Amino acid sequence: MKRTIVSFLLIVLAGAARLDAHAFLKRVEPAVGSTVQTSPAEVRIWFAENIEPAFSSIRVFDASGKEVDKRDVHLDRSDHALLHVSLPQLGAGTYKVVWRVVSVDTHTTNGNFTFRVGR
Amino acid sequence: MKRFALVFWFVCAVCEFGTVSRAYGHGFAGARFFPATLSTEDPFVSDELSLPTVSTIRTPDDGGTRETDISVDIAKRITPQFGIEIGETFTALNSHEGRASNGFENLQLGGKYQILKNGPHEAIVSLGLGVEVGGTGSSSVGADSFSTWTPGIFFGKGFGDLPDALRFFKPLAITGVASIEIPTSASTRTVTLNEVTGAREIEIERHPNVLQWGFALEYSIIYLEEQVKDIGLRAPFDRLIPLVEFPLETPLDRGQGGQTTGTINPGLIWAGKYFQVGAEAMIPVNSCTGSNVGVIAQLHFFVDDLFPHSIGRPLFGGNR
Repeated sequence: MKRTIVSFLLIVLAGAARLDAHAFLKRVEPAVGSTVQTSPAEVRIWFAENIEPAFSSIRVFDASGKEVDKRDVHLDRSDHALLHVSLPQLGAGTYKVVWRVVSVDTHTTNGNFTFRVGR
Repeated sequence: MKRFALVFWFVCAVCEFGTVSRAYGHGFAGARFFPATLSTEDPFVSDELSLPTVSTIRTPDDGGTRETDISVDIAKRITPQFGIEIGETFTALNSHEGRASNGFENLQLGGKYQILKNGPHEAIVSLGLGVEVGGTGSSSVGADSFSTWTPGIFFGKGFGDLPDALRFFKPLAITGVASIEIPTSASTRTVTLNEVTGAREIEIERHPNVLQWGFALEYSIIYLEEQVKDIGLRAPFDRLIPLVEFPLETPLDRGQGGQTTGTINPGLIWAGKYFQVGAEAMIPVNSCTGSNVGVIAQLHFFVDDLFPHSIGRPLFGGNR
């Protein structure tokens, strides 16, 4: 019984290295909940899986709820798990980033976070 | 315990460094990832495999009996909203007087239908019906000869919709269950022969309807790092979910009404991409439950993430 369970776990772990799953947020610039001193040129989000760009989005809103990004969400040319959206010059304030992505195996994930531009 | 800790960190290390990318799991309502809870049933309809769940605790039966359970549970989605479950438990009983017995419990079957899922409010509600199939287990470990039906309601709610002033409470979430065990037999008559007097003795054991209720309160470091504030935690600590579970039950009738038993289970879950591992202490809520602390641990696989194109999909209705 013990050998069967161990064998099963090894098979699963070995197989897992070649599979896809939900695309979760791995790293963000600007960082989640951070304060930056100057307006960032773009929001960049690294995900745990490669992304289907046609079904994925990043939107950035100011404190009044107005969308402020340049609506040019695009996949990085060399890293298909990295999504960019450009920003205009932002004034001081808190901004909300809302993202929704579909991974290459069709799992959908979404989330949101804020960052602050200080003086 | 030291050996378990080593295994735990080994599994985490394999997941983190042995795969091509970082590890994440499933169980969602909007931006909220809910882990599979160990001691109370979670509200999600999903493709999952718990193999194994191991628990051990000393109960007050027969002057003190060590009960150790090893169980396996499989859940399979038929449609995105409806799934079925099957479970089996092997139980070993070691009484204070030295008597030992072991065997399988009755087979557990179930179905669950998700009636509400609200992403923005991270809320989910499901209805379920379970049945313990009488006569399929061993009477030596107390498996009943009759079946028991258990209709129930399950819920989950994340606190991510709290105002930003309370942002560090957003990683909190609660899941819970309320169900009623309805035995198909109100009582069992046991006839024994008194060896001293030679007389027949009849013992009647009553089987009450039982309210099973419980909840789990969890604080997701995953949610904190991804949605609220990157506090700089790195693997494996950024995937931890501390939680406290309260699995409780209260008989409702047949002379046993009102006596609640159960445990308070503080613990920790580490959730990866394809599986999670968790362990909890089991602290009896009263003397009727026991006086010794037990332990429960589980290895749980996310089948829909392991096999998204085959057995991890619902049989009908797509992969949502």
